[in-house]
Amino acid sequence: MPEVLTAPLTVEFPFTRSLGPVQSAFLTGLRERVVLGVRTGDGRVLVPPVEYDPVTADEIRDLVEVAPTGTVTTWAWNHAPRRGQPLDTPFAWVLVRLDGADTALLHALDAPGPDAVHTGMRVRVRWAASREGAITDIACFEPYDGEQQQPGGHSGEFADAITGIVTPARLDYTYSPGRAQTAYLRALADRRTMGERCPSCRKVYVPPRGACPTCGVATTEQVEVGPAGTVTTFCIVNIKARNLDIEVPYVYAHIALDGAGLALHGRIGGIPYDQVRMGLRVEPVWTEGARHPDHYRPNGEPDAEYDTYKELL
Amino acid sequence: MRDIALVAFAQTDHRRSSDELSEVEMLMPVLHDVLARTGLKTADIGFTCSGSSDYLAGRAFSFTLALDGVGAWPPISESHVEMDGAWALYEAWTKLLTGDADTALVYSYGKSSPGSVRDVLTRQLDPYYVAPLWPDSVALAALQAQSLIDAGETDEPALAAVAARSRTDATANPHAQLSGSVPQGDYLVRPLRAGDCPPIGDGAAAVVLAAGERARELCERPAWIRGIDHRIEAHGLGVRDLTDSPSARLAAEKAGAFERPVDTAELHAPFTSQEVVLRKALRLGEDVRVNPSGGALAANPLMAAGLIRIGEAAAAIHRGDSDRALAHATSGPCLQQNLVAVLEGDPR
Repeated sequence: MPEVLTAPLTVEFPFTRSLGPVQSAFLTGLRERVVLGVRTGDGRVLVPPVEYDPVTADEIRDLVEVAPTGTVTTWAWNHAPRRGQPLDTPFAWVLVRLDGADTALLHALDAPGPDAVHTGMRVRVRWAASREGAITDIACFEPYDGEQQQPGGHSGEFADAITGIVTPARLDYTYSPGRAQTAYLRALADRRTMGERCPSCRKVYVPPRGACPTCGVATTEQVEVGPAGTVTTFCIVNIKARNLDIEVPYVYAHIALDGAGLALHGRIGGIPYDQVRMGLRVEPVWTEGARHPDHYRPNGEPDAEYDTYKELL
Repeated sequence: MRDIALVAFAQTDHRRSSDELSEVEMLMPVLHDVLARTGLKTADIGFTCSGSSDYLAGRAFSFTLALDGVGAWPPISESHVEMDGAWALYEAWTKLLTGDADTALVYSYGKSSPGSVRDVLTRQLDPYYVAPLWPDSVALAALQAQSLIDAGETDEPALAAVAARSRTDATANPHAQLSGSVPQGDYLVRPLRAGDCPPIGDGAAAVVLAAGERARELCERPAWIRGIDHRIEAHGLGVRDLTDSPSARLAAEKAGAFERPVDTAELHAPFTSQEVVLRKALRLGEDVRVNPSGGALAANPLMAAGLIRIGEAAAAIHRGDSDRALAHATSGPCLQQNLVAVLEGDPR
């Protein structure tokens, strides 16, 4: 088997999330260097605070300021920080119970090494220089052997509370299309279109995905199809797509390549948009360096009879 | 209530990567294998349910492409969960209980090799307070392990012993990815060493469920599901006692696990420290065979590893190696969500 194809694939989104009243107060508070918790029905103070009681599911809104100092309840030494983590030098992950809170907050602790960290050690918040209302407004925690700092008794009400956050997320992959699609893409690089035939129902799939979805068996027999084909159905596109340099209106069509058991889709060019019709015979148009046909154009053959493509719409 | 049994189980060999196979190409042989064990065809199956996550390989709607391997024509009754296949099995079990179907095909698969799974798993965390810090899956498990060490419930040698026992047992499992003598290695995130962590890999699994007499027709010794339940804990890590698993204990109680002793347990404990938590929560004594397959420390294809625990427990009953087995699956950080099934064979 030839070497499989691979390509880098990045999935990246800036997620925009709205905040509930408790989350809004907590994250706005961080911007103002105030740490807020929320009191549950049984009198515990949760930091970080949540909108609903984790035991009773009751709505909880009673905000309480806690101290920026606290105690490590568990830790783990991270000698190799990864992208996006709070510090880019080795650090300890810590759960910290802030003074005045009954639960612990996850964050990073800046310490010289694992020997300098232990459960029960005292730490305090190191604020980020630039703060916007996010958990990262706490840059990290740092060891602290001073007095317990007192909370200021903030009400949790802010004049300009934030109502949402934007959290970018990026994941990097190495995409590999598998055996069948690798063979398809390799053939396409030579300007040939290769399908695969189902050994059971004999249908030829283009592009092949390795399995016949009707029969649930592997397709293995390679079959070259096209290059000519028939427009089986089409639509007229009147809205210009962003980043697409094609004049509207244009025709986007289902095209059944000769020998294929199903239609693929592509743009139709070389003919006025209002003259494209079902049954039109077309051929692919390649551009230099392209890895797939740029579009399809009429090849001059007489139109196909409806009965020859009616199952391929 | 109808008696429902697991009558067949199949899985891939689990490997670090499977670049040459698309997801459906990896999955399809397992589907053929599990159906062949029962003599059933797709058209004979009353309900099909699958579990997978598009985030692992970064392929949108990959579960619809995976359906190509089932042969879903004429249209079948089908569902999917973005969870481990153990939860797909739970859905199929409830479907069979309603009487709408007599047989079900359950499958799941995961290809972790295309991405960086430690980072991918951060995306399942609280998006407001936790995910922006990108705490990876090993780091969170390490926080739990340190809690256990601080509480005196385990230590590094005891964790190493869990790793060694699992990989030694895995030498009898031809599908295992990691078996035999595996060095504990360096810390990944202290106190967890490489040997305390599961291998990262690709794989798939499938089972067939059947109700009542249909189960007896399809399998010489069906693995009857006597109870199955799943429970979840608060999402805030700092709200939970990481040294215990009240959700696993409650699921086990509701599944009837404590009514009589089990002889075998297949625990979905990807990290050695999590076996310590689960043995305590599930009240497993020294006389119970824990993870004779090697467990998730031998092969941990995400989204399939939980279903594999249920499949391995059932297969032990099919073979006559077990009469009453507990199977467990987990999801989320630090054993946040837990499913427990109790399986039994007919008396011999």
